[in-house]
Amino acid sequence: MDSAYRKRLIAIWIGIAAVYLAVLLLDMTLRPTSMLLTVLKKGAIYSLVAVSMNLLNGFTGLFSLGQAGFMLIGAYTYAILTMPGDVKTSESVYKYYECFITFDTGVFIGLVAAGLMAALFAFLIGWPVLRLKSDYLAIATLGFAEIIRAIFQWDVLGPVTNGANLLRSYIDLTRVTLPFTDIPFPPTLFVFMVSGICILIIVLLINSSYGRAFKAIRDDETAAEAMGINLFRSKELSFVISSFFAGISGALLAMFQYTVQAQQFKSMMTYEILLIVVIGGIGSISGSCIASFLYITLSEWWLRGLDMGTFLGISAPSLFRSGFRKLVFSVIIMVIVLFFSRGIMGDKELSIPRMRAAFARAAKRMRKEAAG
Amino acid sequence: MNSMLELRNVTMQFGGVVAVNDFSMHIEEGEIVALIGPNGAGKTTAFNCITGVYEPTNGEILYRGRTIAVNHPRGRMKRIYGGLHGDMYASRRVLNPTPDEITRLGIARTFQNIRLFRSMTVYENVLTAMHLRARQNALSAVFRISWKEEQRMREDTERLLKEQDLYQYRDEKATSLPYGKQRRLEIARALATEPELLLLDEPAAGMNPQETKELSAFIREIKERYSLSVFMIEHHMDLVMDISDRIYVLDFGSPIAEGSPAEIQRNQRVIDAYLGVSEDV
Repeated sequence: MDSAYRKRLIAIWIGIAAVYLAVLLLDMTLRPTSMLLTVLKKGAIYSLVAVSMNLLNGFTGLFSLGQAGFMLIGAYTYAILTMPGDVKTSESVYKYYECFITFDTGVFIGLVAAGLMAALFAFLIGWPVLRLKSDYLAIATLGFAEIIRAIFQWDVLGPVTNGANLLRSYIDLTRVTLPFTDIPFPPTLFVFMVSGICILIIVLLINSSYGRAFKAIRDDETAAEAMGINLFRSKELSFVISSFFAGISGALLAMFQYTVQAQQFKSMMTYEILLIVVIGGIGSISGSCIASFLYITLSEWWLRGLDMGTFLGISAPSLFRSGFRKLVFSVIIMVIVLFFSRGIMGDKELSIPRMRAAFARAAKRMRKEAAG
Repeated sequence: MNSMLELRNVTMQFGGVVAVNDFSMHIEEGEIVALIGPNGAGKTTAFNCITGVYEPTNGEILYRGRTIAVNHPRGRMKRIYGGLHGDMYASRRVLNPTPDEITRLGIARTFQNIRLFRSMTVYENVLTAMHLRARQNALSAVFRISWKEEQRMREDTERLLKEQDLYQYRDEKATSLPYGKQRRLEIARALATEPELLLLDEPAAGMNPQETKELSAFIREIKERYSLSVFMIEHHMDLVMDISDRIYVLDFGSPIAEGSPAEIQRNQRVIDAYLGVSEDV
């Protein structure tokens, strides 16, 4: 380890610490309902699921579209486990069913269990599905995600999942407390911490020997196999780990939303995540994070006016009606896919030397333009 | 004493095409054996049978006396096949190892059309191949519990690159190397899996006479240094005749000759099928 590398590592950690400090400050000062905090929370949640999808699609080269299904499993597992026992036995949530699971757990166990449950499902689904390649794999995983959604709404499973009705009263973001105290945990910081730790683990995985094996499979399956990498086992590992983190992000989404219902985890959600991955750059962790904050900010905040009648000060209620935002968004997506098909970051990571080089290039161009 | 690698009546059939027909051969410890023949003779298919890419239609492959692949009695191909020794192996247990298991046993290979990991540097290409011999699991790898092993892998990679004269290209994209160096890198990557038997599929393809001459010295050198046995497919007769201990000749999937380089050069069938007559004779 040379000193330049160490210096850069320290700089990165300082940068991350600064971001977390800023989040904490915002959390303390802004109103909890402020748009900025909402966007930050949802952005962090989507970062995690986008990075987990990138692990699969970008680093292992498996085109899988099952993310929403695994998020659903995570969200439900978390909601059912952390819902207080007396709520479950009373009729406020489980109106039509006798609740089967009567115990309740804390947030940490709930989150881990959410991940593990999603990973377990992925393990079982991966057995048949991962023998498929490219588009076939995408269709199969998409199908499984839909099946999972249908199963969770199934009447027979009502005592566990509350059928098609929504779940609420579990431990959401406002009710998370610091361990062993009653002091509320700053909600945005909580989301950032959980997502941050999970993304850190994924980054560590990608830079380990296993990560290299994944990349080898993406580059050339035949060569990877000839170098002694077991294709099926590596793919299964990548799939299970990716789903584990998708499950955790599902749980975070449930915490963020206060209520959760199987209906919302449609394939549309997977496409949203895929879009983030593509915009950020397939094979770039930092790209996925940047793109998810960008996407959430646009769709939840800046382009909201397109649905509400007034956008950029222009009031045109007959044009800016509900649904117009989606239309504009589609156009933006088309432009990105046509002209920036490698995404914001390509397969590179955000780094200080690279940023410096990009700034230098931009400055040079500007100087040239000013001169010419 | 068992042979290092032994093929017994190996046949590989694709529908009506018999790519390899009743091929038997053996490689002894420390030998350099070449497989030659005209294009489409089934040389690479034979390679793919050994490395587990294909499942032979008939016959048996043994590595150090241990069966690593036999034919597939319930396979579709079996029923079509009616050739020599047709039912010899029909009652055997199915063994169908995947290529990674073969590599684990100690048989590494290179490819006819170079297959390096495109997105990786020279260094990472070799480092990736070290994964096979690593003892860490996913958890210890992620949480850097096995950092000592990782460090050892990195040191081994650097040593290997230095030994193979590739160290100056360490951080370049593997695919940006000159052609000859890419072939070298592919061999280095195969060596990183710690093989005992190295299969080279046309290592001199696309090389000029000078590079070919260097290659023959290089193959001898790695054979001694890593105590390997080498089995190679090659079209450059200078190279083959120079370094091989024994040569097998395939023509239209069938073995037509076996012997030392001198014997092969005199063999009339080989001359007719493949070598031809030199113009200045």
